[in-house]
Amino acid sequence: MTIEIRPDYAETVEHPVSPYLRMDRIPHVWCPGCGIGTVVRCYASALERSGLDLDKVAVVSGIGCSGRAAGYLKLDGFHTTHGRAIPFATGLELGRPELTVTVISGDGDLIGIGGNHFIHAARRNLDMLVILINNFIYGMTGGQNGPTTPLDAISSTMPFGNFEIPFNMPHLAASSGAPYVARWTSLHTRRLTWSIEDALERTGFRFIEVVAPCPVLYLRLNKLGQGIDRMRYYHDNAEIRNGADPSEADIDFQGRILCGVFVDKPRPTYRELMQAHYREVLGDEYVPMPSEGGMIHGE
Amino acid sequence: MMADPVGVLTGPHYMDGDVACGEGAIAAGCRFVAGYPITPSTEVVERISHRFPRVGGTFIQMEDELASMAAVVGSSWTGTKSMTVTSGPGFSLMMENIGLAAMMETPCVVVNVQRAGPSTGLPTMVGQADVMQARWGSHGDYEIIALSPESPQEAFDLMIDAFNLAELYRVPTIFLMDECVGHMTEKVMIRPAEQIEIEPRRLTKLPPDDFMPYKVNDHPVPEFARVGDGYRFHATGLTHDERGYPAMTVAAQEEHVFRLSDKIRAQADDIVRFEEEGVEDADVVVVSYGITARVARASIDLARDQGLKVGSLRLVVVWPFPENRIRELAGSVRGIVVPEINLGQIVLEVERCAAGNTRVVGVPHAGGAVHDPATIAAAIVEVAR
Repeated sequence: MTIEIRPDYAETVEHPVSPYLRMDRIPHVWCPGCGIGTVVRCYASALERSGLDLDKVAVVSGIGCSGRAAGYLKLDGFHTTHGRAIPFATGLELGRPELTVTVISGDGDLIGIGGNHFIHAARRNLDMLVILINNFIYGMTGGQNGPTTPLDAISSTMPFGNFEIPFNMPHLAASSGAPYVARWTSLHTRRLTWSIEDALERTGFRFIEVVAPCPVLYLRLNKLGQGIDRMRYYHDNAEIRNGADPSEADIDFQGRILCGVFVDKPRPTYRELMQAHYREVLGDEYVPMPSEGGMIHGE
Repeated sequence: MMADPVGVLTGPHYMDGDVACGEGAIAAGCRFVAGYPITPSTEVVERISHRFPRVGGTFIQMEDELASMAAVVGSSWTGTKSMTVTSGPGFSLMMENIGLAAMMETPCVVVNVQRAGPSTGLPTMVGQADVMQARWGSHGDYEIIALSPESPQEAFDLMIDAFNLAELYRVPTIFLMDECVGHMTEKVMIRPAEQIEIEPRRLTKLPPDDFMPYKVNDHPVPEFARVGDGYRFHATGLTHDERGYPAMTVAAQEEHVFRLSDKIRAQADDIVRFEEEGVEDADVVVVSYGITARVARASIDLARDQGLKVGSLRLVVVWPFPENRIRELAGSVRGIVVPEINLGQIVLEVERCAAGNTRVVGVPHAGGAVHDPATIAAAIVEVAR
């Protein structure tokens, strides 16, 4: 299906990050007031500021609303299976080590169905930036309860309120060994952009959680107003405390949202550890995977 | 092109099928393996993990088979030839991303050293009951290629073919080994690299602005762009158009799904491979594959001792299935006997192709051991009568 841009839209001024977007796929699928587009925009701005060679940047998403992010960025982009963005990205990263790999996906995808991959990738310190857009709910399927839904919040499968304890994502990432852990809301566009830019400059498993509104499901089911009301909530309840203990970053229903860079402590990546180890034990016999990939035979 | 000599252990060896399979992958140019340990396939990844650091390859032991298969699909998009290795329970978990590989048209090899199922079954003992799963295991309509070796020598040789077929047709290729072949130790002769033909990735030469990742021209398989080469393409598991963009229409679905299947179906005559012996004047033909083909040889000898005219057709490539040849045979023989270490899978294909023109008799075995040759011989005698 080809989406025609309406003539009156064509008159509008070019978006500042349009060179980083697949403009032939705009308008996107996200609802008015949704926070995902904001995160994609911040990521594009951070890419621009980073000065990275975009030919060597790949983005991977899983399934769900946030899973569509990879499809709108004008990069090598992969829209993969549900929960498997991180292992797919692992293959990209190890198969062609010179790539800069980013995973952008949602809470249900990355930590519901994909939770096992998340903790192991953090433990191994695989070289990827993971941006988790947390809207507290399974959006694309209709507002079902998720692994980050706050206690007592209404979802379409917890119509009497959620009684499951949600994950504290910064705490989980930090405990699993991530060398960079941050959380922002989609209101914090400048700080989020700077944080992504900082993370892009670092190596290893870098984790940024972005709390973002889902007006059509989470806000509606919980009678919390529109996207703009959510911005007010973020404004009033976000507490920025860089270096805070991530174990204090739980999010209660309509409670405080602890934001900031919680962990920024580099450690050797999986590939660095592997190469150093093989060099030590095998000496000159060790042949590392070339940065452009292994034994590439193009026709 | 011919294989790069790096990593090719030219010469005679004494190795089991699992090890030979690993050596075949290395010789074929495989340089990324992601796997999760599972009996009876572990010797393959153990061999790989021992050999890869010296030949520029990366092995990673993932957290499960879902991740292993996903990593292999990702890695293949870098142009690095990639595979994973498993057995039944892991094969079930891999189905999700085998479907993704089929949908995204990602060349890769999946080795399944079959054990007896269902579920945990008999982990250390032989089975051949994943044949239909290899063909149909992931949801939706798609086609794959599957090969089945009968010896360690063939485990080596066919791995080269498995990678080549994966490259040629941009499909996940399933290497349907079985525990007996995997753990059987025999002489394996590894050819010099200059005698090993390697299929290179069909990389596009078009400039990025002119390239569409799923556009086909005279060739039924689209050209490939590696991630990181500046093409900035999009690939998705959603139904997609030539640009690789999601296309949620009935028309796009029809075009895409038929092309995915037809690129194998229409070339099936080039892909199918089988070995025949004594079928010219046979009254009965035994159709078999993997370790069962070797057991069937003893059964055929027993039947011939009784004066019966018995031939053998051994499937080397199991999928696509040699429909035309079975159809021909069905018109000329009195019956076809199909022994396999399952309750009847390939026999269904033989029956379908024979279409009532000859008698088709399966010889099922629930697994854990190979057939008693006398059991298959009895079926041959029964059919010949």
